[in-house]
Amino acid sequence: MSNDSKIRGSSFPTTQMSAIVGLRSDDLSLRFQAAELMAAVYWKPIYKYIRLKWNKSSDDAKDLTQGFFTRALEKDFFRSYDPSRARFRTFLRACVDGFVSNEEKAAHRVKRGGDCPIESVDFNSAEMEIEFSELPESSSMEDYFYREWIRSLFSMAVDILRQECASAGKTTQFEVFERYDLNEEGATGKKTYEAIASEVGIPVSQVTNYLAYARREFRRIVLEKLRELTASDEEFRNEARWVLGANLK
Amino acid sequence: MNWLNDEMVNHLREVSALPDLSGTPYRILRSLASGGMATVYLAEDAKLSRQVALKIMDVLAPSNEMASRMQTEARIIARLEHPGIVPIHDVGSLPDGRVFYVMKYVHGDDLTKYARKEGSLPERLRVFLKVCEAVAFAHAHGVIHRDLKPANIMVGAFGEVLVMDWGVAKILLTGDEGTQLSGDPYFQGEEGKATADETRLQPPGEIPAVPFVETLSGTVLGTPSYMAPEQALGQTSNHNQSTDVYSLGAILYFLLTHRHPHEGASIGQIRERFLRKQVLRPRDVVSNIPRPLEAVCMKSLATDPLDRYSKVEDLEADIEAYLSDLAVSAYRENVLEKAGRWFNRYRFIVLLLFAYMFVRFLVFFLARR
Repeated sequence: MSNDSKIRGSSFPTTQMSAIVGLRSDDLSLRFQAAELMAAVYWKPIYKYIRLKWNKSSDDAKDLTQGFFTRALEKDFFRSYDPSRARFRTFLRACVDGFVSNEEKAAHRVKRGGDCPIESVDFNSAEMEIEFSELPESSSMEDYFYREWIRSLFSMAVDILRQECASAGKTTQFEVFERYDLNEEGATGKKTYEAIASEVGIPVSQVTNYLAYARREFRRIVLEKLRELTASDEEFRNEARWVLGANLK
Repeated sequence: MNWLNDEMVNHLREVSALPDLSGTPYRILRSLASGGMATVYLAEDAKLSRQVALKIMDVLAPSNEMASRMQTEARIIARLEHPGIVPIHDVGSLPDGRVFYVMKYVHGDDLTKYARKEGSLPERLRVFLKVCEAVAFAHAHGVIHRDLKPANIMVGAFGEVLVMDWGVAKILLTGDEGTQLSGDPYFQGEEGKATADETRLQPPGEIPAVPFVETLSGTVLGTPSYMAPEQALGQTSNHNQSTDVYSLGAILYFLLTHRHPHEGASIGQIRERFLRKQVLRPRDVVSNIPRPLEAVCMKSLATDPLDRYSKVEDLEADIEAYLSDLAVSAYRENVLEKAGRWFNRYRFIVLLLFAYMFVRFLVFFLARR
């Protein structure tokens, strides 16, 4: 795992308390801890969104992304979030638009400083990803932001899964998952269960079981993170349905 | 953090939504259909190396009641051993508590696709008869389907016809059958304690307050076009065999006209039509539909269950009669129609008779000259 996800995020309380509730807490340490999770999941989507929607240079987008998180913490942006009116990711995107727009009007770039939860992130990786991916239409920037948010959430979940499998002595399970489900060539280049079984040195029937285990854990981690990234039960259920097609009636 | 490309993200979204089948011999190949509460997947049975259809509840961590409903559905189908009813191979539950059951995978088309391909009306009617046979069999075993529609009927590659999706079926307790069902520990319930006399099905025509052991779903589900008025109007206690007769009438309407009854209408508009007792006439859509068939269809689609065929066998008998050029009970013919049908039925003999008379006349005429 590289620096950017290590920053933070994955260490938010395992009680699955909502980070959004944490962001509005009077307890400063809890608020910062919640901001770390938010930053871990959202910094990349926000950076890419600012780069492409607002057509900013890489340096400007970096400053704006860091500035956004710094300002959000200083000014308590998130206190005004009302879960009954919109999903958090929608609210956040609107905040980013407002922030960048104000920065443009003020004709100055925000200076970094204070407690910024994304000081050590690897902006180069985000820049490379933009370079190697298909650029969105200008009319679909909203969808682009949400897609990047899912990508970021899944990337974090994969990293956590890797760590958990390693500490539980289930590296083979993760290896099977990586070889089959994280295949860079997509569905067309999928290896057969037989091929994976022979590569990893397990019976074919175990491939089904190992994959099932890893997918179950991956799903659990994503749902846990979603629980932390949403403010209410209803929002959590809606997001779970949207992200995973999970019906949590 | 690893870079996940679009393919990976989409794949992860897809596989994360798939049920965990570890510990079973089944492996999901793709999704076939999705309904209100469950999804049907095409799966491979690794033990027997064959494809099967796997129906799995969508709701994670289902309540005992929901799980029980699904198990009941599986048991209902398992109980109905008939060539026209999709057979069940297995039932079980996943690690997350969701119930699944395994059915035969039918290679073929649903009735909607089949009807579009099959141009011959008699062929379509023969398929319809097979559906009627399966439904009549279920009724004889105290089960009403309540969601009969073209999408729930499969026509296999070899002409086999299977009634699918018994998810909203209802068990009626009939005399002997009721005794048999209530003797089954699985079907024990408060209502199951009723005596055979109390639970005997009402005589044809009456609308009974049907005692039932377990209803699989009390909510109004399905395609509104195929719902009987008592279903669309939410009168759940009035559901009995004539509810299925109405749906069969709607299927017949579709087979005759290639259109769904009430096509384009909202559920509200359909309810309004039921309340006003507006009738559907297939000949308003396709003018050359034979009048006897239209009458059979309209009798099945009567708003008042008392005006419908009292049992599926009567509907079946009328269709068979039509196919054999016999009079149908739902239609009163005039003399010309009767003569026309008689001629059709005995065409060969009549023509032979005419030919004989003509020859006799010719011989007689020539002999006189």
